[in-house]
Amino acid sequence: MTQKNRLAGGQLDRDTTLSFTFDGKNYSGHLGDTLASALLANNVRLMGRSFKYHRPRGPLTAGSEEPNAIVELRSGARQEPNTRATTAELFDGLSAKSQNRWPSLAFDAMAINDRFSNFLTAGFYYKTFMWPAAFWEKLYEPIIRKAAGLGSLSMQADPDEYDKGFRHCDLLIIGAGPAGLNAALTAGRTGAHVILADEDFRMGGRLNAETLAISDMAGADWAAQTVAELASLPNVRLMARTTVIGAFDHGIYGAVERISDHLAKAPRGKPRQILWRIYAKQTLLCAGATERPIAFDNNDRPGIMLAASLRAYANRWAATPAQRVAIFTNNDDGHRTAQDLHAKGVKIAGVIDTRPDAPRALDYEVLQGAHVTDTKGRLGLTFVEVACADGSTRTIECGALGVSGGWNPNVHLTCHQRGRPTWDDDLAAFVPGGTLPPGMVVAGAAQGIFSTHGALKSGADAARKALGLKGRAPAVPDAKDSPVIQTPFWYVEGCSRAWLDQQNDVTVKDVKLSHQEGFRSVEHLKRYTTLGMATDQGKTSNMGGLAIMAELAGKPIPEVGTTIFRPPYTPTAIGTLAGRMRGKEFHPTRLTPSHYWAEERGAVFVEVGNWLRAQWFPLPGETHWRQSVDREVTATRASVGVCDCTTLGKIDVQGTDAATFLNKVYCNGFAKLAVGKTRYGLMLREDGVAMDDGTAARLAEDQFVVTTTTANAAKVYQHMEFVRQCLMPDADVQLISTTEAWAQYAVAGPNSRRLLQRIVDPDHDISNEGFPFMACGNITVCGGLRARLFRISFSGELAFEIAVPARYGDALMRKLMAEGEEYDVTPYGTEALGVMRIEKGHAAGNELNGTTTALNLGMGRMVSKAKDSIGSKLSERPGLNEAKALMQIGLRPVRADDKVTAGGHLMNATGPVDAAHDQGYVTSAAFSPTLGCMIGLGFLKDGGNRTGETLRLVSPVTDLTVEVEVVSAHFVDPEGERVRA
Amino acid sequence: MIINHPLLGPRDSAEFVYLGAAELMNRPDPETASAEDWHGYAYLRDNPAGVHRELWFHEGGDRSILIVTRDTTTHEISAVELARKPRAQT
Repeated sequence: MTQKNRLAGGQLDRDTTLSFTFDGKNYSGHLGDTLASALLANNVRLMGRSFKYHRPRGPLTAGSEEPNAIVELRSGARQEPNTRATTAELFDGLSAKSQNRWPSLAFDAMAINDRFSNFLTAGFYYKTFMWPAAFWEKLYEPIIRKAAGLGSLSMQADPDEYDKGFRHCDLLIIGAGPAGLNAALTAGRTGAHVILADEDFRMGGRLNAETLAISDMAGADWAAQTVAELASLPNVRLMARTTVIGAFDHGIYGAVERISDHLAKAPRGKPRQILWRIYAKQTLLCAGATERPIAFDNNDRPGIMLAASLRAYANRWAATPAQRVAIFTNNDDGHRTAQDLHAKGVKIAGVIDTRPDAPRALDYEVLQGAHVTDTKGRLGLTFVEVACADGSTRTIECGALGVSGGWNPNVHLTCHQRGRPTWDDDLAAFVPGGTLPPGMVVAGAAQGIFSTHGALKSGADAARKALGLKGRAPAVPDAKDSPVIQTPFWYVEGCSRAWLDQQNDVTVKDVKLSHQEGFRSVEHLKRYTTLGMATDQGKTSNMGGLAIMAELAGKPIPEVGTTIFRPPYTPTAIGTLAGRMRGKEFHPTRLTPSHYWAEERGAVFVEVGNWLRAQWFPLPGETHWRQSVDREVTATRASVGVCDCTTLGKIDVQGTDAATFLNKVYCNGFAKLAVGKTRYGLMLREDGVAMDDGTAARLAEDQFVVTTTTANAAKVYQHMEFVRQCLMPDADVQLISTTEAWAQYAVAGPNSRRLLQRIVDPDHDISNEGFPFMACGNITVCGGLRARLFRISFSGELAFEIAVPARYGDALMRKLMAEGEEYDVTPYGTEALGVMRIEKGHAAGNELNGTTTALNLGMGRMVSKAKDSIGSKLSERPGLNEAKALMQIGLRPVRADDKVTAGGHLMNATGPVDAAHDQGYVTSAAFSPTLGCMIGLGFLKDGGNRTGETLRLVSPVTDLTVEVEVVSAHFVDPEGERVRA
Repeated sequence: MIINHPLLGPRDSAEFVYLGAAELMNRPDPETASAEDWHGYAYLRDNPAGVHRELWFHEGGDRSILIVTRDTTTHEISAVELARKPRAQT
């Protein structure tokens, strides 16, 4: 294909020709093109369909503010919807598709909406789909969902990688136009650490789009020379293709760097994008300005675009949408487009200027005091209708129209901490105002300083100010310094539709309707008409809507106010925000010391917080988890079983006040606990509700090892640090978490001592006399390896917990298995652990559920009255101590085959089944292989006095009603003889 | 946010866990406090639009608890101190 609309010059690599497809057709462009510039060069103006009316649309702009030219890039899993053709860099083999059309871009069936536009005005959905209410979910919503939205998702996982990174600097400069470049040069030459970020792939901003000169060279050449000098400075980091998306607290900025979006394929090991967190001591915003359009009837045809964008396409990309072009402007800037295009050989059909005193030109006709009133051309502009100053009308033939209504400073980032822009009457635009993010200074066009000289000077001045530089300022490069005057002109009164927000199909009429219907605040206007929403966030349309609103209200614009901006500045992919935290990488996976051994044994694992724990160990022939779990329980109770309990939190408490400290955090007493002894401890919250339980082992006069539940390990540690630092600042006590330092295994069952005697070194006596129930101590195993032994039991059997430094954990487990062969040692997982603790009636997370007190748990008398501890005072509140308070009980089904389910509620044997007659609830349930039926733990009103009573266990959600008997929670060995054996 | 740790210098707030208002340090004296005192301590907090003294736990760092004075409307931090003052060298 020939590039019919390719002009001379431009900043393209003409030696590199790239081929690409758009809607399946082949085209060619050059390195340096965007998708939009290459399509325009190939005489393609139509690039998309509008959101609501499916109107044919082409690019309005040449940058990230683009509302119309939104396409799908790439294919397969890499398909990316809603991408701006105006910023997508061309690469060889790029495939792009238009969106929101069927069956094709030129013929779109949904364009029928355009015919019914009288019905589809602002608030159409709110008004139409109101009733009957039942229709909403089944009928209206599916229809609207099908019709709405632009691009489509591939529905496949994103195959690309995304990363996150951190950078620090003295000065962050956002935007590399004349202000940003000169600021970077000024700051960089002082040796300060500077980051210069620009969303474009070529730094220079408008200098690349203009023919203006700086220091006797073309602006684009000055930009390239400046960038080269900056690149040579080791203290300056240039970040092209990087959009600063948000200004956060304390000088922290979010920035998205596109690493490989401009390549056919990401280089191996490179992410697609990086989300940078930039810590800047000072920030200079040089984000430039965005041109604003003028609204007139049918101002949305492909070929109608902002005048300065037309100029950018011609100067930077050597492309024009048509060979015959007209300009509609209210300011001098529009004339520059005519001059530049004329110089490139494009025919200027006329410059229509709203000002009666508009400057005349030699090379083309200027229509002073004239307005464009309408346009023609179904899939692209063919004619514009002009109302002349003398009342006559003219029809001008042209394939493109450049529109200029003046410029708006890009104040977005100044608003990210709720700074409100202020109105500048001279510019008829909002400029940065109010409270800027701390450390931010604004320069150049973003500050409303529109001349090139002004931009260069304000950039240098702001950099010097930010860095606190004194002395004489260096000379500013020579550049044009003509004053810029902007007189507001927002729209041409018409009888058809004049588009304000082309992305959301909002017209001047819609704004008027919104006002008429009472949606008059700026925020209401936005939500009622959708003005300023979607991917462009109204960068080209907000101002026009606001101006019309002000006119209708009869108020000046600043009194109507403005919406402010939130991050991100431009659309940011969710994948970029997620970075590497996807799927399994969303949180860390923690492996226990016996993990690889368990894997070899074919264990089934379960996630417990971040941990992976063995849930059960199936043997060949076992087809159901219950078979494995029942076997593990039975074998442990019959001989000996081993379970990895490393995940329990372990906190080392040391210091002369260690016992005093534990007396404060546990509701029961620890001061008198002898060295070499372990005690169960219950921790309360200050409001008297149980927080966590565990054991504390006194290894020395001034050292305890505290255990917590797996789930609460971090929380309990945090709580203990709070008590230590905030409530007992003078106590001599130190804490450290040693959860990861020790591998710890429960060895349980009547043969547990015999097994341990085979690995514990013989000089340590672990007989019942030498190491009785609840004993603890430092020992050695396997010929000198230091270890800790605790005689504690969660299963209700004779049991020990043995700990060795974590790196020996795998070896110890293998040793226990080898030495235990004689006793048929059985590894057991978390399920068997749970079954055994329910059989023994031990409370766990299900019972310590954040609503239960020591009293409810049957441990009311443990709360010591002899001392003050966290929660002891408030646990005495009458409301927590009612006569018929919930008490922990055990439950057995009356018919042995019946099911007991956790979550079910308890009702009296007769009487109504409702919340008013609720007697309690079931917290834990399991099949007990020891008892041969299901059993449960729960809380029952006055439960301590109702043993033997028959109740109904009901679960309305699963339609279950079962008769259960209230029994002791200690199903196994209620006298505790086994643990003391 | 950046919290200027008295011992470690400026640190990102992501390293910290927020523990609540600094009033949590003023636990009532169990010998003398009334029921109202305990109720206030356990349940009542001010919710100021402005200066707020609060506790931040440096969980991803040295495990100090810091008393941070922060303006809730601007996130400006005017003071940072250790909840537990280091003991004088003896």
